[in-house]
Amino acid sequence: MISVENVTKRYGEKVAVDDLTFQVKPGVVTGFLGPNGAGKSTTMRLILGLDAPTSGSVTIDGRSYLDLGAPLHEVGAMLEARAVHTGRSAYNHLLALAQTHGIGRSRVNEVIDLVGIQSVARKRVGGFSLGMGQRLGVAAALLGDPRVLILDEPANGLDPEGILWIRTLLKRLAKEGRTVFLSSHLMAEMAQTAEHLVVIGRGKLIADTSVEEFVQRASTGAAVRVVSPQATALRDALAAKEAQVESVERDVLEVHGLTGQEIGEVALAEKIVLAELTPLQLSLEQAFMQLTGETVEYHATSTDSDDPTTMKAAA
Amino acid sequence: MSATSATLETPVRTSVARGQVTQLRVFRSEWTKLWSLRSTRWSLLAATVAMAGLGPLIAFFQMNRWDRMAPDDRLHFNAINTAVGGYHFAQLAIGVLGVLILTGEYSTGQIRSSFMAVPKRLPVLWAKCGTFAAVAFVLMLISAFVAFFASQGILTQHHVQTTLGHAPALRSVLGAALYMAVLGVFATGLGAIVRNTAGGISLFAGLLFVVPGLTNLLPTSTQNAINPYLPSVAAQGILSGTRDAHTFSPWGGFALFCGYTVAVLIVAAVLLKRRDA
Repeated sequence: MISVENVTKRYGEKVAVDDLTFQVKPGVVTGFLGPNGAGKSTTMRLILGLDAPTSGSVTIDGRSYLDLGAPLHEVGAMLEARAVHTGRSAYNHLLALAQTHGIGRSRVNEVIDLVGIQSVARKRVGGFSLGMGQRLGVAAALLGDPRVLILDEPANGLDPEGILWIRTLLKRLAKEGRTVFLSSHLMAEMAQTAEHLVVIGRGKLIADTSVEEFVQRASTGAAVRVVSPQATALRDALAAKEAQVESVERDVLEVHGLTGQEIGEVALAEKIVLAELTPLQLSLEQAFMQLTGETVEYHATSTDSDDPTTMKAAA
Repeated sequence: MSATSATLETPVRTSVARGQVTQLRVFRSEWTKLWSLRSTRWSLLAATVAMAGLGPLIAFFQMNRWDRMAPDDRLHFNAINTAVGGYHFAQLAIGVLGVLILTGEYSTGQIRSSFMAVPKRLPVLWAKCGTFAAVAFVLMLISAFVAFFASQGILTQHHVQTTLGHAPALRSVLGAALYMAVLGVFATGLGAIVRNTAGGISLFAGLLFVVPGLTNLLPTSTQNAINPYLPSVAAQGILSGTRDAHTFSPWGGFALFCGYTVAVLIVAAVLLKRRDA
């Protein structure tokens, strides 16, 4: 388990991470979302002991990264910015990392096979495509068979086949009981891979919830579309529950203030036939925009409060 | 996990032996890193060829021109200085490589991988300095001996050769290797402090090659007072066959240079621990 407690990181005047607190639990894939400049990479560097927090503490299974006697066996990490000498071959890069922990050459070959870079393993990393570089990063992270995985934008630069591969791999790693923590700016990707979300903006925590809850929360006030041959009767029944009901067309209602399940229960109690029941949910993208709209570091347009294009944070 | 991995081609988890990070293992890792870069191999080859070959080459020219050399030149001729003359070039290759050993990791981002594997950081610095010093010492010792014997062979032409038994020949040959090893560590430390290749090489070249040129412009008395303390002057006495006035003894000067190197390493270690990577 990764535990971030009241962590603040300042670079001179600029506050990159502001009193951040959250935990990443084992057995699930936890997504780390936030707009560019929100402090995701900084937070990951703080977890990995590369940067020191200005205040607060970061622990992995109760210990600071700096106190780990065999960090590669505990935590595997891949940072967004490449962390490989471009003049060295992938094999030698992995071998040098392995040797710090006494990990054998057979394991080096194993992770090379696992990520599918056998054909380029003896070539200099400088010539690698973005996708190959990402695969090498994943190989380095898996080298010590760690219980905790921290990946910054792992899907970045991968082709569709590669994205499917990383998605399957991450889910499998989580199922094996490992802690998987990954950042991404691709919301759709997160929806497919992560179960839990930590959302930050301007270094502050915005949400720490399940993906489902996140969408739901952001969708608060979103309507449920109901189609029923007994629309009038249903409308009266729902109105009695203090829901706002709107007739869109014949037999079609849009209900605010009740969930799909609650509407279904009302219909059952009143013995009303439902032909269609669709929560008009926001996509993860929309939910994200809704929640972080106000915390995006650089707005493309003016941020005047009366500007209709400015989105208000729902949280 | 058997149920999950059975459906997929390669298992993620196998029997990975769980070893701790030790200084010896970090040494092994740095050894691999040192030899797996093309730039390292070229720099070491250049240093070795220069150290082994330039002395005999100079000896060859000296012998060819011996009869036409000025009497003063002949008077100041020193068979040892001719033999180890290759250090003038070799020290540049060793110094630049020393700087690159750390700055190359910073410029590529490799340093983050290195520090994630060894979060205490200092073992990486010690291992880098240790492996590089050892490699530089062995290569320079071999090439200094080669240069010495080849040069003396050529110098027999006009019977101006010397032997290892003749003081201070052995000290100079050993000294050349010692100087290169410590110089490599000195440069690695500078690289760790500066973290930038261009800056590190400039600092190294400035301290070793530019500062002596500047002090030469000072009034003689000031110059004589300062010169013995310059890193290059202090260090190079150990490999010289002659001794200039206003210098420390060969071993005394070398000890001072080692002191400078320790000071640079201490600063490097403190900064390495403190700074964000």
